[in-house]
Amino acid sequence: MTVLSIERLRIEFPLRRQVLVAVDDISLEINAGEILGIVGESGAGKSLTGASLIGLLEPPGQVSSGQIRLNGRDITNLTQRELRKIRGKQIGAIFQDPLTSLNPLLTIGRQLTETLNAHLKLQQSEAKERAIDMLREVGIPAPEQRMSSYPHELSGGMRQRVVIALALCCNPELIVADEPTTALDVSVQAQIILLLKKLCLKQGTAVMLVTHDLGVIAEAADRVAVMYSGRLVEIGPVGDIVENPIHPYTKGLMGSIPVIGAHKHRLAGIEGAMPRLDDRPHGCAFHPRCSHATELCRSQQPKLTAIESSERKSACHYNDEGKFR
Amino acid sequence: MANFIVTRILQSAAVMFFVALICFCLFRYVGDPIVNMVGQETTIEDMEALRQSLGLDKPVLVQFAHFIAGALQGEFGISYRLQRPVSELIAERLPATLELVFVSAIIALTLGISGGLLTGIKRNAWYSRLVLALSLVGVSLPTFVVGILLIYLFAVTLNWLPSFGRGQVVDIGWWSTGLLTVSGWKAIILPAVTLALYQTTLILRIVRAEMLEVRRTDFIKFAWARGLAPRSVYFNHALRNTLIPVITVTGLQIGSLIAFSIITETVFQWPGMGSLFIHAVQFADVPVMAAYLVLVALFFVLINLIVDLLYFAVDPRLRMSAGH
Repeated sequence: MTVLSIERLRIEFPLRRQVLVAVDDISLEINAGEILGIVGESGAGKSLTGASLIGLLEPPGQVSSGQIRLNGRDITNLTQRELRKIRGKQIGAIFQDPLTSLNPLLTIGRQLTETLNAHLKLQQSEAKERAIDMLREVGIPAPEQRMSSYPHELSGGMRQRVVIALALCCNPELIVADEPTTALDVSVQAQIILLLKKLCLKQGTAVMLVTHDLGVIAEAADRVAVMYSGRLVEIGPVGDIVENPIHPYTKGLMGSIPVIGAHKHRLAGIEGAMPRLDDRPHGCAFHPRCSHATELCRSQQPKLTAIESSERKSACHYNDEGKFR
Repeated sequence: MANFIVTRILQSAAVMFFVALICFCLFRYVGDPIVNMVGQETTIEDMEALRQSLGLDKPVLVQFAHFIAGALQGEFGISYRLQRPVSELIAERLPATLELVFVSAIIALTLGISGGLLTGIKRNAWYSRLVLALSLVGVSLPTFVVGILLIYLFAVTLNWLPSFGRGQVVDIGWWSTGLLTVSGWKAIILPAVTLALYQTTLILRIVRAEMLEVRRTDFIKFAWARGLAPRSVYFNHALRNTLIPVITVTGLQIGSLIAFSIITETVFQWPGMGSLFIHAVQFADVPVMAAYLVLVALFFVLINLIVDLLYFAVDPRLRMSAGH
């Protein structure tokens, strides 16, 4: 069942002199219980895509065209009041830094119960009970006592568990997790990802996992969408994309993952940098960095097209010759 | 935390001790107190008698001990000018100043915080820009100009409010209050507004700046993402996190309200400590000046102590670090 479907989403930043297009022509779907990873470099537009779902784009950013549907309902142009009923209730959000996501002056319990009370009609005691259950669910020891703790009394990993509890406490249909493990120790990262995966599977929650960490994607995601300079360049099942990328950019990304035990002299990287928003090249945005670029790449923007006999799509003029190199 | 409080109280006591030392030196060494007290016809024998009866012939350290002991009981000697105990004069004047300061502090806090919230939340609205522009006027105009302008407008031209005095006062024990009569309230409006204006704009600008800062933090974004109502996000989450700097500045400002009510009291002929002090300066009435100095220092120290304690009430992180 499709929980989230995004169609031809375009996010613009109208500035005084020009309109910057940060995200263009993004279409994707996430099913119940599925984790879709969104990867890309900083500035590729992955976080903006996540923020647009809950109407939290920083002004002047705005969705200029396209459609976002949650369980079939168009939520693209809702008022703030209508969005408020969706945020936290139908779409939960997890942000990057658990150390700063929680209000330092309020207890964990207060922040949980206020979220519950904002969306559900609960008695004070019910809300408290549910908050404690939620803390237990995310693996916080002695949840009754933790209710009266302040964020600074917990470790980073524990705080991210609280953030997850906050995101999941109203049983949302979709979770937008924006770099949920980036600020954590590597040893804690795996625990958090596993926890998120387990809970979402249990509740049937769809997850949009935004990250630049390919390791996290490989571990958690069911499908992956790769973004480059505001567009999707490749999307498909995680196994295919990691093991057999088609788009030259995805290839470059996968080639840049260090592998323990591999005897390579130097880790492969992608030459150059992603173009600035106001300085996108003509044609395929990746062509200046692509070693296979041709005249066609320089003049025409490739479309995201389905790859035969797979569930994949890739946006390269030379999809069919994907085996080049 | 108890440890911290005790330390702070001891520090406050030390500050007060040094202030007392300065006041004592002022009293003892600015002119001869006896010559200041008596008329020109007094004989030398009489002066010596007075000197002995006041203990001014004793060693300086003993005198200082006397001064401290007196100050602790609220005794600061006798006013040269009015020939009455300073403590009596202060007790008469203190309520007027404290009421004035109290009312202006309420005005400054209410208008400052609400104005700061408004301009911080709706920062691009026309009324926010207007409030900010007006606040610039409040910061830059000197108090006495504002006071005179207000008198001209509301007392002289419109004739709505009295231009001087406290109106009718009611005595409750030794405390005389103007806050229980209509004329008292009318009389306090202009001086209180004058005194509050600068503090209002200061608090407004701080609350606004802090709000703009806090709004960008992750936990505010997260609060929105949890679907909380704007009221809850702004008050429970944002405003609360702006309170530490606001409390700090407000505390200091209330201290200066007391200290700088002198100008406002002079403009409005307000019968408070400020005008008592101004007259004392004119007549070199050292005991009154010394007592005023000690009292203002005491208020500053007390307010700072309260501010420190308020930090704990607001920020749980401090409670923890001070516990160790």
